[in-house]
Amino acid sequence: MREKILEIKNIKVYFPIKKGILLKTVGYIKAVDGVDLQIYKGESLALVGESGSGKTTLARAILRLIPIQSGSVCYNGKNIFNLSKIELQKLREKIQIVFQNPFSSLNPRKTVGSILIEPLIFHKKIKKETAIKEAVKILNLVGLKEDAFYRYPHEFSGGQQQRISIARALILKPEFIVLDEPVSSLDVSIQAQILNLLKELQKKLKLTYLFISHNLSIVRFFCNRIAVLYLGKIVEIAPTEELFKKPLHPYTKLLLNSIPTIDEKRKISFNNLKNSDYPTLFYNNSYCKFYYRCQFKMPKCRINEPNLIKFSKNHLCRCFLLDK
Amino acid sequence: MKNILLEIKNLSVSFFTDYGEIKAVRNLNLTIKKGETVGIVGESGCGKTITALSILNLVPAPGKILQGEIKFENKNLLSLNNEKLREIRGKKISIIFQDPMASLNPVLKIGEQLSEVFVFHTELKKDKIKEKVLKLLKNVKIPNPEIVYNSYPHQLSGGMQQRVMIAMALALNPKILIADEPTTSLDVTIESEILKLLYSLKKKYNLSILFITHNMALLSQIADRIYVMYAGEIVEEAKKEELFKKPLHPYTKALLEAIPGYKNNYKKLNYIPGEIPNNINILPGCTFYPRCKFGKKICYEKDIEIFEKSKNHFVRCVL
Amino acid sequence: MKKMNNLTHFSYSKFIWTQFKKNKLAYYSLYLIFFLIILAVLAPIISNDKPIIMKYKNKLYFPVFKEYPEFVGVNFKNFTKNNKEIWAVFPPIKYSPTEYDLASILIPPCKKHLLGTDDSGRDILARIIYGTRISLSVGFIATGISLLIGILIGALAGYYGGKIDIILSRFIEIIICFPTLILILGVLAIMKQSIFTIMIIIGIFGWTGIARLVRAEFLKLKNQEFVIAAKALGLSDIRIIFNHILPNALTPVLVSATFEVAGAILLESTLSFLGLGVPPPTPSWGSILMQAHDYVDFAWWLIIFPGLSIFLTVTAYNLVGEALRDAIDPRLRT
Repeated sequence: MREKILEIKNIKVYFPIKKGILLKTVGYIKAVDGVDLQIYKGESLALVGESGSGKTTLARAILRLIPIQSGSVCYNGKNIFNLSKIELQKLREKIQIVFQNPFSSLNPRKTVGSILIEPLIFHKKIKKETAIKEAVKILNLVGLKEDAFYRYPHEFSGGQQQRISIARALILKPEFIVLDEPVSSLDVSIQAQILNLLKELQKKLKLTYLFISHNLSIVRFFCNRIAVLYLGKIVEIAPTEELFKKPLHPYTKLLLNSIPTIDEKRKISFNNLKNSDYPTLFYNNSYCKFYYRCQFKMPKCRINEPNLIKFSKNHLCRCFLLDK
Repeated sequence: MKNILLEIKNLSVSFFTDYGEIKAVRNLNLTIKKGETVGIVGESGCGKTITALSILNLVPAPGKILQGEIKFENKNLLSLNNEKLREIRGKKISIIFQDPMASLNPVLKIGEQLSEVFVFHTELKKDKIKEKVLKLLKNVKIPNPEIVYNSYPHQLSGGMQQRVMIAMALALNPKILIADEPTTSLDVTIESEILKLLYSLKKKYNLSILFITHNMALLSQIADRIYVMYAGEIVEEAKKEELFKKPLHPYTKALLEAIPGYKNNYKKLNYIPGEIPNNINILPGCTFYPRCKFGKKICYEKDIEIFEKSKNHFVRCVL
Repeated sequence: MKKMNNLTHFSYSKFIWTQFKKNKLAYYSLYLIFFLIILAVLAPIISNDKPIIMKYKNKLYFPVFKEYPEFVGVNFKNFTKNNKEIWAVFPPIKYSPTEYDLASILIPPCKKHLLGTDDSGRDILARIIYGTRISLSVGFIATGISLLIGILIGALAGYYGGKIDIILSRFIEIIICFPTLILILGVLAIMKQSIFTIMIIIGIFGWTGIARLVRAEFLKLKNQEFVIAAKALGLSDIRIIFNHILPNALTPVLVSATFEVAGAILLESTLSFLGLGVPPPTPSWGSILMQAHDYVDFAWWLIIFPGLSIFLTVTAYNLVGEALRDAIDPRLRT
């Protein structure tokens, strides 16, 4: 049995909608609406979804950066939402995050060096000289030279800034890193550099990744398991190659078909799979969220919401089509 | 050559900043034929957006068009004054940008903004204009034109906003539509819808499209002919099938190899080392040389000219 | 592989400075402000009735810097006048601002008194030079107090939001509602008149603008990814507020601070004009103007020179502040 590093149970993140002078809560935006996930040590799990799917919200919730409505996130057995202040601080060393936009995730007024040594001095309470040595080691690890230490983020290109971001995430020697679209805002030639770097680091430092992206091609290269999110719920989860070879959920099929590819066999045929702009996030629980965009909808999809149904050992799908 | 609608000759555009002259576009030559979809692909800083803006003389300060000719309908667009240009902009050549939210006025309803185009360029009456606007919205497959007519931009999704932009651009039946990364900020499922829409509109109106993107794969779906740009120059030009089957320039090859899944290779990513150059200190010879796997002495000795290596396939490389 | 040529090192402060320099008027205003600061610091050796160095009976004395018991009450000018035993170097302007000369009251500008004298025979030029000290110190210290209070309150309100923000914002609004000048007058009527009271009072009522600016910046910045990253690293709130967000929030505050200094100088002059500023005999531009009130029909030098000083100083600060604001605004880049 593989070792579980993170277990997410029925997590819900709701944002209240307040109206009127007294700011009464009239409803909720259900950004994450009941997600269960197990993340195993050493793997790269992909979280795939488009805007409104809740993937960024989920990532922030896992790091306890935003409050949750209900559910639990257990790291090595302990629910992180029940931790004391000191325990939480210790947790911060173990779980880290790399953001999408490298420029806005680095403090423009701090030198690269001070960005890197600050968490070391704060958490491990080591001397400055030791911290500097450690920081330089990490800089070299991500492919940057020593002289980056004294420079400011804006003096670097996008790819280099993302390396600095990765260095910052690595400095406290974490076990688990959430990568929130780490290469989406970079040029194609640089994306490949950073993805290769992340893969190398995973091997060297024995890291576990949660890779959030909307780009299925990158995910296919990078991750061993994929979870597809739609409007706050997981609609399909499977090992990578199985998802690509045998996608079950209509949304997954739509996604796969929409990816522009050079591969001749998978070209978009311009008259298949119906589609339409997506609905809003306000609705009640009585039917499948994908109903209005679904090509295969059945009457029962309008009345009930399907649960995650097991297709095979590692492949689950939230669709009534599997009932047959 | 018959059928050429737009021809750019020897275009050079530079930005004069405190750090020096940024040579954004260098001696560019490009043609667009009737009914053709031409793609420009390149990464940030290669000059593709500036090329598009130059066509309509919309290059922002401190950029200046240093030299060049843009021939359209027997006129040089770069020599026209503002009044004559306004006849072309929106009417004969239209442009849509990446972020529709930034291009739409947030305080005007969609109907008002679309009507503006007709009010300005035609002499039609109010009710006739409304008819035309509703027809436009239907043309771009917006499901509830009446509702959208009375909505504000922020009430629409990204995909809808981009459709409105396309409607606005096509209002007066232009001959050329310039699309500058129109789907980059959209979700992939919506992106495919917008591409489908552009494809159908192109067929219906025999529209020429200049499609600018950094995504090679997109062009493999929609373009007829592709230009690859690097550091302000065109490094390769070919028909779509030819470019993907037999890429000649090392940059094109490297760009294709860096896409995960190219030739079904999901195991290893071949990345291009080094950084994208800034266009201030341009050394003689090939600009791609520092990052090129195959670079030789001959590459940096003198400037490389673009030439026709095989039929209708141009490349700027001496290897 | 050939080495890549990178963009030259880019420094934000240098960049702002280049943009700032493009505004010639503001650039010269900055020179004026530096000149005034030097004037204020070096006032005792520019304008004084005591010599800077004096050699008497083979001993060196520095009357400007030290009180010598043997020379208490001595009028140095008379002492050194025709005394060949003494070698002395006087400051360029041989008058102290508090030097009475009842024989030369209300003299218009002449060779002896370049800017004339007031109704006690005190040299106006000397008074104006020393007045610089008052204006600048009140300006800087009062603004300093405003900045401290404003930044603290603004930062807390902006960062924590919620109930804390509601309470603090209402507090800010209450302070704004007070009519500042009248309140200051009221406090001064009760308290002892001194330069420190003035500084503190102006500072205590001038922080609201800064607080609102800082609050707005914090509201904007606290959702930036680098702040979230700092939280993810487990850094404490105080560390994040003062070490991470504040350095980024200071730019508009800088602009506001220059305007505050101008305002403080103007306010101090107003108070002195009303007789409620720094107590005599300390010279202040406003107090010179106060005197002018009684002699307005002929003593034009009592009006023009202090008035010009106030005008030029306040304008200089305002121009610098505006140029700084324009230099920072990315939309006005050329």
